[in-house]
Amino acid sequence: MNRRGFLKSAALGVGGILLPAKDSDASVWEAFFQKHFREMNDKEKKDVVARLEIEYMQKYKKRITVKSTPALPNVLYGYGLDLSRCIGCRRCVYACVTENNQSRKPQIHYITVLQFKQGEKWVSDLEEAKKYYNAEEVPEAGHFYMPVQCQQCERPPCVKVCPTQATWKEPDGIVVVDYNWCIGCRYCMAACPYGARKFNWGEPEIPLDEINTETHYLGNRPRLRGAVEKCTFCVQRVRENPGRYPACVEICPVGARKFGNLLDPNSEIRTLIETKRVFRLKEELNTQPKFYYFFSL
Amino acid sequence: MTILRFSKDLFKHITTGKRAYFIWLGVLAVVMLNALISYINQLTHGLIVTNMRDQVSWGFYIANFTFLVGVAAAAVILVIPSYVYHFKPIKEIVLFGEMVAVTAVLMCLLFVVVDLGKPLASWHLFVTPNFPSSILMWDVIVLNGYLILNSLAVIYVLYCAANGREYKMYIMWPLVLISIPWAFSIHTVTAFLYNGLSSRPFWNASIIAPRFIASAMCSGPALMILVFQIARKVSDIEVNDKAIFKIAELIAYAMGVNLFLYGAEIFKEFYSMSIHVAPLEYMFHGLKGHTLLVPFTWTALVFNLIAFVVLLSPGLRNRFLYLNIACVLVFIGVYIEKGMGFVIPGFVPDTLGEIYDYLPSYTEISVSAGIWAFGAFFYTLLLKTAIPIYKGELSFLSHNMRRNLKESH
Repeated sequence: MNRRGFLKSAALGVGGILLPAKDSDASVWEAFFQKHFREMNDKEKKDVVARLEIEYMQKYKKRITVKSTPALPNVLYGYGLDLSRCIGCRRCVYACVTENNQSRKPQIHYITVLQFKQGEKWVSDLEEAKKYYNAEEVPEAGHFYMPVQCQQCERPPCVKVCPTQATWKEPDGIVVVDYNWCIGCRYCMAACPYGARKFNWGEPEIPLDEINTETHYLGNRPRLRGAVEKCTFCVQRVRENPGRYPACVEICPVGARKFGNLLDPNSEIRTLIETKRVFRLKEELNTQPKFYYFFSL
Repeated sequence: MTILRFSKDLFKHITTGKRAYFIWLGVLAVVMLNALISYINQLTHGLIVTNMRDQVSWGFYIANFTFLVGVAAAAVILVIPSYVYHFKPIKEIVLFGEMVAVTAVLMCLLFVVVDLGKPLASWHLFVTPNFPSSILMWDVIVLNGYLILNSLAVIYVLYCAANGREYKMYIMWPLVLISIPWAFSIHTVTAFLYNGLSSRPFWNASIIAPRFIASAMCSGPALMILVFQIARKVSDIEVNDKAIFKIAELIAYAMGVNLFLYGAEIFKEFYSMSIHVAPLEYMFHGLKGHTLLVPFTWTALVFNLIAFVVLLSPGLRNRFLYLNIACVLVFIGVYIEKGMGFVIPGFVPDTLGEIYDYLPSYTEISVSAGIWAFGAFFYTLLLKTAIPIYKGELSFLSHNMRRNLKESH
């Protein structure tokens, strides 16, 4: 008996007791024994995607496409955020929620916009920051804003600590999670210096008419309860050909957000890094973020 | 045939006892049942029924886990004097210490399982282990290894006793020799689990592993002193007072080291007053009006200090009333220090500076109580099995052979 066969029969015994009877159809078992995404060959990926699309159809009564587009060659994504321009309107936060099918209840946000009073400590000591500011009008006088999201570290601590390799860095620099492979230990959340990882504490809920039906396996497909998720620079958008900007870049009303290929010397992001005053968050931790904060003014 | 008769005898031993024994088991069963209901509720609704959130992503479960790894590791405090220094009073009870270790590791594993978001997916650990990169994988290995080592030692000693003969030192030695550094390893690896995260300055201090070991050498033995006294009251197991007082003396030294290391850490943070002082401020006098942990911190510190003074003085620690009070204080003190006083402040303030006040929810408390009840239940049954075997009342030998053996002695 091989390893999978053994696991299968062992789990059938245990699972028979633990799983509710109504779900005990074949797809539950297929989902249970699904391989790690990175260990699947193209055919297996196709099968899994097809199964997921059927499941989502049943659940959301909508045709949801699940892509599994691999990383484009010679691409390393980089992100720029202009602190001189950000007005703290948080449109990026909500564009991200809609685009990426984040749970509305319980609420999950990938982007946190921190509000600082001018003259107060910031950058290394974020305790003075306000996360839940509720302004009539932004920007509030005497305040400035610093949005924080996944920094897609070149040396991601979250990937290092994951016990099951359920999260990894793709060749284009995007740190992704196989939601099916994650066991929900939340070690990555303890390891992340940027508060970028979010856990599905409850069953993720999205109103049926608000679901984004264009999804990617490693990105915005419907999520599982008990698994960790995070910003993927909108992997479902940026890996298209021609690539699209992440939703947060697209929505930003003041153009504070920049995005591009770090390997392309003519890209906007490279020009910014080379010509502006740039810093990276918590640089002393040597996580080497590919998320660059800069000042244009 | 022998096995069948032995099992029958064993079953009889376990199912006969005083009323208090059954009431005890009954109460534990109720607590476990209640935990099971809470856990099923958690499985149905997800971890949202706990008070953990993204800001404090580990809570009471992992706090209990961390504490119990220490209790398990503390078996060495009996193993070293008994096997290495042949201190006879402790040698007679080392078996029961190893059984505490086995029980504690099992409880650790349960605490980890109830903390998982998708427990059914845990088989992934064995298919794509992130080894050696993930310290959690190391923890899985050392904890299960320690469980096996101690189980083997316990089973071998009992097997020999059941056959009416002394255990062979050449079989015990390798087990003992490996289990001593292994005991340190389980708590060191558990410390490194936190220690290796540069994102959490409170944990990212090199003093963490030594502090863990020192406090483990307090809490585990304190628990054992209490358990042994109860065990000798309710059963005919003999525990020499000398063994208990020696263990108490060892706790005093360990507590001295523990308090010293704690002091060193407090000095470093409060004297330098860098931005990383925030978690300690949150613990000792509150941060921005959030004072949730303050009573816990001070209780732990005061309990540990009082216990240290009591245990250090031979006049006090050799009187059972004071000794037992001290042991209870140590147990509670270290329990808080390792749990609410270590796991939680690592998350507060969180990496973006937010303060989320965490206290366990009813689900977390009842599930945890159930795991503790399981530990007590399991250990009671272990004792109920081990004591008669150890005393020769329960063996593979027939009654006649046993009588002959007795007469020839």
